[in-house]
Amino acid sequence: MAPIVEIAHVTKSYHRGNRAIPVLMDITLNIDEGEFLALMGPSGSGKSTLLNLIAALDRVDSGTITVGGVDITVLSESELAAWRAVNVGFIFQFYNLIPVLTAFENVELPLLLTNLSRGERHQHVELALQVVNLTGRMDHYPAQLSGGEQQRVAIARAIVTDPTVLVADEPTGDLDRVSAEEILELMDRLNTESHKTIIMVTHDPRAAKKAHTIRHLEKGFLNNVLSQAPL
Amino acid sequence: MYFLKLLFRNAFRHKLRTSLTILSITIAILAFGLLRTVISAWYAGAEATSANRLITRNAVSLVFPLPLSYKDKIRQIEGVKEVSYGNWFGGIYIDEKNFFANYAVESKTALELYPEYILPPDQREAFLRDRKAFFAGRKLVERFHWRMGDIITLKGTIFPGNWEFVLRGIYRGRDQNTDESILYFHWDYLNETLKKTAPRRADQVGFYIIGVTDPNRAAEVAVAIDKTFKNSLAETLTETEKAFVLSFISMSDAIIVVIQLVSFVVIIIIIAVAANTMSMTARERIGEYAIFKTLGYRGWRIAGMITGESLLITMIGCFLGIVFTSPAAKVFNKFVGTYFPLFRVESKTIYMDVAASVLVGLCAAIVPTWRAAKIRIADGLRRIG
Repeated sequence: MAPIVEIAHVTKSYHRGNRAIPVLMDITLNIDEGEFLALMGPSGSGKSTLLNLIAALDRVDSGTITVGGVDITVLSESELAAWRAVNVGFIFQFYNLIPVLTAFENVELPLLLTNLSRGERHQHVELALQVVNLTGRMDHYPAQLSGGEQQRVAIARAIVTDPTVLVADEPTGDLDRVSAEEILELMDRLNTESHKTIIMVTHDPRAAKKAHTIRHLEKGFLNNVLSQAPL
Repeated sequence: MYFLKLLFRNAFRHKLRTSLTILSITIAILAFGLLRTVISAWYAGAEATSANRLITRNAVSLVFPLPLSYKDKIRQIEGVKEVSYGNWFGGIYIDEKNFFANYAVESKTALELYPEYILPPDQREAFLRDRKAFFAGRKLVERFHWRMGDIITLKGTIFPGNWEFVLRGIYRGRDQNTDESILYFHWDYLNETLKKTAPRRADQVGFYIIGVTDPNRAAEVAVAIDKTFKNSLAETLTETEKAFVLSFISMSDAIIVVIQLVSFVVIIIIIAVAANTMSMTARERIGEYAIFKTLGYRGWRIAGMITGESLLITMIGCFLGIVFTSPAAKVFNKFVGTYFPLFRVESKTIYMDVAASVLVGLCAAIVPTWRAAKIRIADGLRRIG
């Protein structure tokens, strides 16, 4: 299968005062279409930074990242914003829902940037909420939902635009075991049934087990050891 | 619609904070509106003047009179349609605190020159027939609960003695800005009395009111009048009625400037209050703005959300401020109505309220918008959790 994400010789540093702190060093990685990849590693290893670079939330110092044939390292801020809206679905550890919007409105949020009519938007939102099995709670505000339900709304928001890749940063990090299992099942379903490419950062070996491939990052280097999660 | 809903919900996320900010803006707009109304009231007399009228007074000072004999000479000048004359009487009704403007005027010509005073024909006839008659504005009559035929006494300050008058007419203003709180009586009554009590002061007038045939020629006529009396014992100064009124207003220029400054200071203070609220709001929501950016929202959309919320809060405050300005002005008028007969909230003041509120809303959003638009997504997301 052709790689949908191609990362070539990427480096990234953060600056504290005049001091540059290297976070990623010469990372090269290909992710195939339909793959479910888990990025693991200790805190500070650079896995979230790598995820942010793939999702175009941050910029590389050097190297290139191509997603779906588009070199995102050369795009302007405004081009990146437009690109993200179409190509990337985000799932965060703390759900990151807008508290003053209902579940329905939160899921609708990315669609407001499209040319869809109100009716079409509503169809898409209802479908996404059906996928995460939350149609009965679409009028609830985030504060009225459990952690697992909030994360399911976040997943619905991530998939509503049918993006090229789904990126998940510790999606089960703030959930109890049962809810975490439900979220992982859901992500697995999205991967197997809808063939979504998923890139997940996690500390949790149980979460990583759901992925097809596990890559380890350590001190900014990507381990060459490729673990194959048991399917 | 979606974003309007979002703006409303965001604006009232911290109900107490938003309510207090709205209250501050309401009070500020109220204060701004009242101060602007005071300034408008100050200039109301000038606004009510007619371009068809000129005022001629003694060139040295208004306190010096002009001979009555000038009347016929003025009437002969080309461009003059009608000439009336009068004196500021300065009478006190019962007590000094009951101040109102009162004039002795040559009645028939004065009524012709002031068509904005609507006097019913029967009252006009009654007034013209009775030597001791006076007519007064509706507001003045209501203020002292006078009735037709009532005899009132004014204590003269410039013309000593107790002067009795009979109410024969009540005028209404033709225009909104016509002053309805002035008393007029016959100049002949004043002059005849002076002939007996102070003959040296008789046959002299305080000012001439001149009606011109063409307002475009007013300046030319004014020059001609002053030229006629050049090198006489009482040289004249002729100006448009508006310039005449403005010359009085200019005496209190410093007070008006102070009021104007205070009204702008009120706006600056409220910009600071609103900016503080919006800064706190934006700081708390940096993480949310990062989420919006993550989803593909560009800086200008986030700027629109912050600016929209800021404008929403200020416009609610503005609306309430405007709603309360008129009732507050009425209360205010009860205390200062003596000095400001035309104390009314003008539509110009409302427009200024709205403009000031928009300014406050925009200024308050500048810094938070800049911060939110500039925040890096990764940094913003780190603030969540």
